Amino acid sequence: MVDLRPYAALFRGQARSLTSYRASFALELSTNVFATVMDVLTVLVLFRISRTLGSFTFHEALLMVGLSSCAFATADLAVGNIERIKLYVRTGLLDAVLIRPLGALPQLLLMDLPLRKLSRCVFGTGVLVVAAVTAGIDWTPGRVLLVVIAPLAGAVFFSAIFVVSATVSFWWVETGEIGSAFTYGGRDFTSYPITVYGGWFRRLFAYGMGFAFVAYYPALAILGRADPLGLPGWVGYAAPSVAVVAAVTAGAVWRVGIRHYRSTGS
Amino acid sequence: MTVVIAAHGLRKEFTVRVKAGRLRREKRVVAAVDGVDLRVERGEMLGYIGPNGAGKSTTLKMLTGILTPSAGEARVCGLVPVPQRTRLARRIGVVFGQRSQLWWDLPLRDSFDLLRHIYRVPAAEHAVRLARCRGLLDLDEFMDTPVRQLSLGQRMRGELTAALLHGPEVLFLDEPTIGLDVVSKQAVRSFLAELGASGDVTLVLTTHDLADIERLCQRLVVIDHGRVVHDGSIEALHARYGSRRRVVVDLDEPVGEPPEGAVVESDGRRLVFTVDGPVAPVIARLAALPALRDLTIVEPDIEDVVTRLYLSPDAP
Repeated sequence: MVDLRPYAALFRGQARSLTSYRASFALELSTNVFATVMDVLTVLVLFRISRTLGSFTFHEALLMVGLSSCAFATADLAVGNIERIKLYVRTGLLDAVLIRPLGALPQLLLMDLPLRKLSRCVFGTGVLVVAAVTAGIDWTPGRVLLVVIAPLAGAVFFSAIFVVSATVSFWWVETGEIGSAFTYGGRDFTSYPITVYGGWFRRLFAYGMGFAFVAYYPALAILGRADPLGLPGWVGYAAPSVAVVAAVTAGAVWRVGIRHYRSTGS
Repeated sequence: MTVVIAAHGLRKEFTVRVKAGRLRREKRVVAAVDGVDLRVERGEMLGYIGPNGAGKSTTLKMLTGILTPSAGEARVCGLVPVPQRTRLARRIGVVFGQRSQLWWDLPLRDSFDLLRHIYRVPAAEHAVRLARCRGLLDLDEFMDTPVRQLSLGQRMRGELTAALLHGPEVLFLDEPTIGLDVVSKQAVRSFLAELGASGDVTLVLTTHDLADIERLCQRLVVIDHGRVVHDGSIEALHARYGSRRRVVVDLDEPVGEPPEGAVVESDGRRLVFTVDGPVAPVIARLAALPALRDLTIVEPDIEDVVTRLYLSPDAP
């Protein structure tokens, strides 16, 4: 059994540090709300131009936006901090993390408390609730379960993406924004029905990397719509398994990565 | 005696890319640590020195589980550092002169309290150790100041305390006196001397300040280009590199003929000799000089020896 008390202590320490910068916290909180509102507005604007998007109606597409936004915001809140590892690797600050008797990954996640990102989470959940209520869904117990589980599975999936794209910095210290292509890029990809993408791009992101299982397939299953791309209806319920596979993969990549940590001079 | 640190053929390679031509970059493998063997017994105080880039910090990082060795093996407290990192972390303390493990925005008091939970130290033990450090390192005046506002000397005293609160068996110190003023250096040194004298903590210390070594360490390991070039006492180092004690003689009036052999400098009234072997007979002869006013014996300077060691192109 893992003793969580040391981690709780780390958490308390961060919370206490945070209180020494109240003004900047308030500012970041409000900019985060603004950013999330913009994310959703981008999708809404598209429907001003066209009645349907990739053969989906506004309410159907909004469910995907809600699932995607909720999953991403939760992952960003819990694991988004891992992006800071670039800084820790480059400056050798990771040394101080590795001399403590705790797992390196959880310590890094607790290095900063991104409470400001909480607002994104609340907003994403709001969109999901509105979409679920207005889309005229024929609710069955399975669908109710899925609408709760899918954002969580999506959050695990995005967390795995966050970890893998951050781990890359163990090999290439100057990764710049490559990681963001998969994290923020992934969020944008999942905000739209995958039918709007074409060819190899869709095959790679949707199926190869599994982004179709964050919002698209769960949304189809909840709506009870057949997949225009021909996959059976139960695929939406496979989202949790895809998330587990992603999490296990990310764990393995992390363990290999940390052995490649080079630290810095003295 | 129990062996606390055992390293055999420890090696760490880094791949560096070197510019070769306009766009082409060549990969080159550089060994930062190139086959280090080390055995340290419980209670030893070991000075680990070498010029910049010799591999001191890299060795320490492999022994503390931060870096994975490219080859060779290491055991610290019977544990293999990287795979058993978290277990090892409970039994060792690490102080990096150039990195902080304290919470930047919190007072020392809070940092120490957090560390108690992180290392799961029973409250009573923690209180005893903290009280001892507070007394020896004079922490009381800045216990409630946020770490970011501490001076370097104060912070270093805080770091030392932080590394000791869980009662480590081995304390690794990477340049603990770097950048400190004379008073803080003295405070850190006497604290470490006291700690080492108690005999239950093994100390491994890297430094560029050889006064640290002379004050604290019986044993000296010198590393250069990733290899151990000397392992033994400071006396053994002097013997090996032929550094000698010097005798400085001040005279009331110049003597024509220098009374002893190897004169280093002479301006008539002051003579400086180097002495091989026992110094007592030389002094006895000098004491017979009628014009003798003062006589001083200067111990060999470790800086000189080490400089020569670093500069020798291919140390044995």
